[in-house]
Amino acid sequence: MSPADSSTRPTVEVDLPQLERSLRQPRLLFSYVMSLLTGAATIAAMFPLFSVLYLLIKRGGATLSLATLSGLPPAAMTVGGGFGNAIVGTVIIVLIATIISVPIGILAAIYTAEFGPETRITQAVRFAAKVLTGLPSILAGVFAFAAVVLTTGGFSAPAGGVALALLMVPTVLLTAEDAIKRVPHRMREAAIGMGATRSQVVIRVVLPTAVPGILTGIMLAIARAVGETAPLLFTSLFSEFWISRSSPLFLPKGMGDLMKPTPSLAVLIYNFSGSPFDNQLALAWSAALVLVIMVLVINIAGQVLATHYNK
Amino acid sequence: MSGTDSASAAAGQSIPAIARPPSSGELIWDRLFRRSTFAIATFTVLLTVYVVYSIARVATPAIHSYGWAFMSGQTWDANRNEYGILPAIAGTLYSSFLGLIVGTLFGLAIAIFLSERFLALALESVVKMLGLEGQGLWAKLPDRIENLLRTIIELLAAIPSVVYGLWGIFVVIPMVRPPANWLHDHLGWIPIFGTSLSGPGLLPASIVLAIMVLPTISAISRDALIAVPPKIREAAFGLGATRWEAILAVFIPTAATGILGAILLGFGRALGETMALAMLAGNANVLSWSLFSPANTLAALLANHFPEAGTDEVGALMYAALVLLAITLIVNILGTLILQRANAELEGLR
Repeated sequence: MSPADSSTRPTVEVDLPQLERSLRQPRLLFSYVMSLLTGAATIAAMFPLFSVLYLLIKRGGATLSLATLSGLPPAAMTVGGGFGNAIVGTVIIVLIATIISVPIGILAAIYTAEFGPETRITQAVRFAAKVLTGLPSILAGVFAFAAVVLTTGGFSAPAGGVALALLMVPTVLLTAEDAIKRVPHRMREAAIGMGATRSQVVIRVVLPTAVPGILTGIMLAIARAVGETAPLLFTSLFSEFWISRSSPLFLPKGMGDLMKPTPSLAVLIYNFSGSPFDNQLALAWSAALVLVIMVLVINIAGQVLATHYNK
Repeated sequence: MSGTDSASAAAGQSIPAIARPPSSGELIWDRLFRRSTFAIATFTVLLTVYVVYSIARVATPAIHSYGWAFMSGQTWDANRNEYGILPAIAGTLYSSFLGLIVGTLFGLAIAIFLSERFLALALESVVKMLGLEGQGLWAKLPDRIENLLRTIIELLAAIPSVVYGLWGIFVVIPMVRPPANWLHDHLGWIPIFGTSLSGPGLLPASIVLAIMVLPTISAISRDALIAVPPKIREAAFGLGATRWEAILAVFIPTAATGILGAILLGFGRALGETMALAMLAGNANVLSWSLFSPANTLAALLANHFPEAGTDEVGALMYAALVLLAITLIVNILGTLILQRANAELEGLR
C-alpha cells in the first residue's frame, strides 16, 4: 500500500486507553493475580527443601564427627556411638545392586535400541520397564523377601541388593536406551562400511559415544537406591555390628558374613527416628545428613554430566 | 577373504587394509553377543512377570484361607490370627487422594510458572529497567535463575523418603497440631475434623505425601505444557487473550491428557509411598473420615509388620502386598497409556 492511499482513507478510530494494560480491567487483574499466585506457590514449594536442609545441617551437623562416622550404633540409654557400620553396609548393598542391575539394564537397552527396535520383545521390554518404574519400592522388598530371603533362609546384604537392583534396572535401561539412540547414524554407517559386525559397531563405536548418557542414568539410579529404605527393611534388616573384616569381601569364604543381616543408613534412620532417647535421635539426624549428602552429590554429579552431554 | 586381498592389492601392498569383512570368529562373537542381548531383554520381561508370580505364590495359602473377607476385615491381630485390610486400603486411598489434591495444586502451578517463563519475563523487564540488557551476564541471568528454580524443585524428589519422615516428625507434626486441634475444638461436628491430632495422623502424612508427589506432577505437566505447539499459543494471543485466558482456555485443555497422565503417575507414587506414611500416619487400623485421626496404609502395614512377622502373618502380608501391587499396577498402566495417548494427540496438532 502506498502512502498516498492512506491519506484518502478515513482514519480508523483507535481507543488508545482501551489497548493499554490497565489493572482496572478485571480480566487483566485476574491475569496478574494468577501469575502472582503461581509464583507464590512455586516459592512455597521450595520451603520444605530448605527446611529439610536447614534442620539437617543444624541438628545433624551438631553430632557429626569422626567418632560418629566410625562408631557403632549405641544401645538405648547409652551415650556416644555412631553409624560407621551402616555407611559400609549401605555402600556394599548399593554396590551389589549396581553390579546386578547395570549389565542387565545396558544389555537390554542395546537390544531394544540397536538390534530389535520394533520387535514385539522390544515393546514388551519397554512396557515392563515402565511398569517396574512405577513399582512401589516396598514391593521390591516384598519380592526380594519371597525370592531371596525365603530361599536362602535368612536376611542378607544380597537380598537387599536384589531389591534395590529391581528398582535400578528400569532407570538404567530407559536412560541407556535413550543415550544409545542419540548416537548419530552416520557413525554406525561408517563403522559398518569398514566391515565391522553389528556387535563391533555397538561395542567399539556406539557404547563409547553413549557413555556419558549411560553414566548419567546409572548415577541417578544409584542416587535413588542409596536413599531407599522400604526395600531394605525386611531384606537386609539391620545389625549393630561391623560386617566382619576377618575374611575378604569378594571371596566365597567372606560371603558368609554378607549372608547375615546387614546395617544400612536408611534403616538406621528409620529405627532411631521413633526412639525416645536423645542420643539415638541425634544420631538419626546426623545419619540423615550423611545420607542426603551422598544422594545429592551423586545426583548433582549425574545432572552435571547430563548437561555437558546435551551440549 | 579374497575380496580383501584384491582390494588391498589394488591399493598397493604398502598400505595396510583397514576395511575388511569380518572374520568367521568375529561373526560367531557377533551372533553370541546379539543372542545374549536378546536373552537379557527377554529376561527383563520375564523378571517383571516373575515379580508378580513370586509374590502371588507366597500369598496363595493366605488367599485360600482368608478369601475375600480379608478385604473387608477391620482388625490385624497376629496373636489371634485375624487379618483384615479394609482400614489399610481406605487409609491408602484417602491419604493418597489428599496428598494428590495438594500436590496437584502446587505441581500444576509450578508447571505453569516454569513453562510460561513468568519469572524469566519479569526478571527480564527488571534488567531492562536497570538498563543492563545486552550485557553478557545480565542477559543470561533470568534463564539461569529459572533453571536454578527448576533444579531446586527437582531436588525435592531426590531427598530420601525416610528423611522426609524424620523431618515430618520434627517439623510438620508440631506445626499442624495447634491449628488442627483448634479446628477440632471449634468445628468438631464436621466429620473431617472429628478427632483431635495427638501426634502422628493422616494430615501430616498427607502433607509430606503431597511434597513427595509434587515434583513428579510438576515435571510431567511441564513437559505437556511445553509441548503445546507454538502456533496454538500464538493464535490464542493473536485473538487478544490475556496470558491467563490463554492458559486456562487453550494451553491447559490442549495439554489436558498429559496433565492427567502426570496426575495418575503421581497417584501411583503416592499409593506406594512407604516410609513417610509408616513414620507419620500412626499405624492404627482405624476407619475414620477425620483428617486428624491416626491411620494406616497398605505400604506402611507391610513396613511395620514384616520385619517381625511369623509364618502365618507373612502369608497375610503377602496377600496385602498383592492387593497393593494390583492397585498400583492398574493406576500406573493407566497413567502410562494416557501419556502415550497425549503424545499421539500432540502429533496430530503439529
